Amino acid sequence: MTTEAARAPAPKKQRAEKPWLNPYVGGVLLGLVLFGAFFITGNGLGASGGFQRIWVWIEDLIAPAHVDRVGYLARYAGGDKNPLDLWIVPLLIGVPIGGFLSSWFSGRFIVRTGKGPNISVKTRWLFAFIGGTIMGFGARFARGCTSGQALSGGAVLSVGSWAFMFAMFAGGYAAAWFVRKLWN
Amino acid sequence: MLLTFAVAPFPVEAELGKWLAYGLYLIIGILFGAALEQSGFAYSPNLAAQFYLKDMRVLKVMFTAIITAMTLIFLTSGMGLLDYRNVFVDPTYLWPGIVGGIIMGVGFVIGGFCPGTSATAAATGSIDALFYLGGIMTGIFAFGETVDSFAEFWYGWSMGRFTLPEWLGISTGATVLLVIVVALIFFWAAEWFEEKFGGVDRKTLPKWRIAGAGGFLALAFVVLVIGQPGWQTHYQWIANDADAQLTNREVQIHPAELLEIMHKDKVFKLVMLDVRPEAEYNLFHIKWARHVDDDPAKLVEVAAELNEPADPTAVVVMSNGEGRATEAWKVLVAEDVPNVYILEGGINNWLTLFGEREVEEAKFVAGEDQPRFVFAKALGDRYTASNPNRELVEEFEFTPKVKVAASSGPEAGGCG
Repeated sequence: MTTEAARAPAPKKQRAEKPWLNPYVGGVLLGLVLFGAFFITGNGLGASGGFQRIWVWIEDLIAPAHVDRVGYLARYAGGDKNPLDLWIVPLLIGVPIGGFLSSWFSGRFIVRTGKGPNISVKTRWLFAFIGGTIMGFGARFARGCTSGQALSGGAVLSVGSWAFMFAMFAGGYAAAWFVRKLWN
Repeated sequence: MLLTFAVAPFPVEAELGKWLAYGLYLIIGILFGAALEQSGFAYSPNLAAQFYLKDMRVLKVMFTAIITAMTLIFLTSGMGLLDYRNVFVDPTYLWPGIVGGIIMGVGFVIGGFCPGTSATAAATGSIDALFYLGGIMTGIFAFGETVDSFAEFWYGWSMGRFTLPEWLGISTGATVLLVIVVALIFFWAAEWFEEKFGGVDRKTLPKWRIAGAGGFLALAFVVLVIGQPGWQTHYQWIANDADAQLTNREVQIHPAELLEIMHKDKVFKLVMLDVRPEAEYNLFHIKWARHVDDDPAKLVEVAAELNEPADPTAVVVMSNGEGRATEAWKVLVAEDVPNVYILEGGINNWLTLFGEREVEEAKFVAGEDQPRFVFAKALGDRYTASNPNRELVEEFEFTPKVKVAASSGPEAGGCG
């Protein structure tokens, strides 16, 4: 039996799609990464700050005079300052690499559009863009996103981060009913 | 290289050089992205389901991650391995944070991602994540162009580094325990919702999660029992440098230097702390000197006060000799107060140099940090020697030692 199986040509199938981790196990893994980041560097995790800097970098290429004039932007890229020269940028570059490797080896690299069953792909794209815009604005307003404020600030017991986290869940639940068709 | 530092976190950029440090951050980012993907955060319906109470994955992963990291941070801090004061804590801007949070919650349920998860998802083939990323950039652009119009609100309610134990007025260990209990209640509620709205039978969920909950509670009790390090541990971390400063007499300033600083127009503030017993302070003290009990617990409080954002400040501690002042100096320096100096030879030396008109030589022989001069009347700072003539400075030769650098907090982190 075994010899027969060994002689059969290896199946050229894609890796089998593995299920996601149990959320508590995933949470412990994520928590270990977060702890490691804090323990070694003193900084937590973050994402939106990196996006901010990439965006200001682009803006500085197109309209440097404008960037120097607006106080908020000049903080990142006024004069000779390079907005990309901060630890948060390499960290953000690592995130998609990790996502890709993880999905590839777990058979979950799938070109698809995640959406609710009752909307078209194009509708989902439109709302993904709208939601992203609101989120981008909100993340700057809150000085951080789910990673930098809620996760990192929450773990080191920042009062503002906990207030932010509850506000974010409140906003989500308050809006959920109005957009229920998107997901149900 | 890193081993030369006794305590985490490590100044990685200074130690490894910028590019190696950035490589380290890249690796942290890769692990972060992988953990998000393994947790199912790269698929938007998983994230949105949170808001319809069907699949509470987001809450479970987030709160488990928070309590895992929190417990380890305060466990290692309690063991003296990590200096929490050098860990970046997002500064609190209360209402801007709450408003931003509400806006983000709305964006979350509409867009189906948050910024970090969208960066992960885009690399796993999610097309909707690409549109979402385009939205993020648009939103960031819109914020940068409009923030000046609501700057007053946005920069308002600034409370700096403000932590839950400080807000609640309880110990760090008690806060850790409280957060874990709250998280466990949330998990219980999440599973109850999943059963009601998502058709999940709770009996089919793995039993080890009960043991996990017990494990977290047990660790929280350990954190509670071992407590957080006090000033002695903080001093041990810097003892090499600090003891050398004392031995080389780099921080003991000549009375004439203090007199000069008292009278000179200067770019920094001068705070004089007199740590002698209160009765001795009442008999005589230097003008503008403030009496502080030399009890370390009191000094830790004074240190916290001095560490509040203010103009650059030089602090000079004084006692009769140098004994008590040196002990007080150690507490203040351990608690991160910058620019702390000791009055050389203490009040005894000060009076010897400046007090010839009013002091009477020792009525008793001075022991360790005892007054050499005894005053008949408790005139406090109304003696001439409390505020000697500035010109006396010229009569002495001394090496100025006071150098005031602006205090520096942790650099911007998180999403800065």
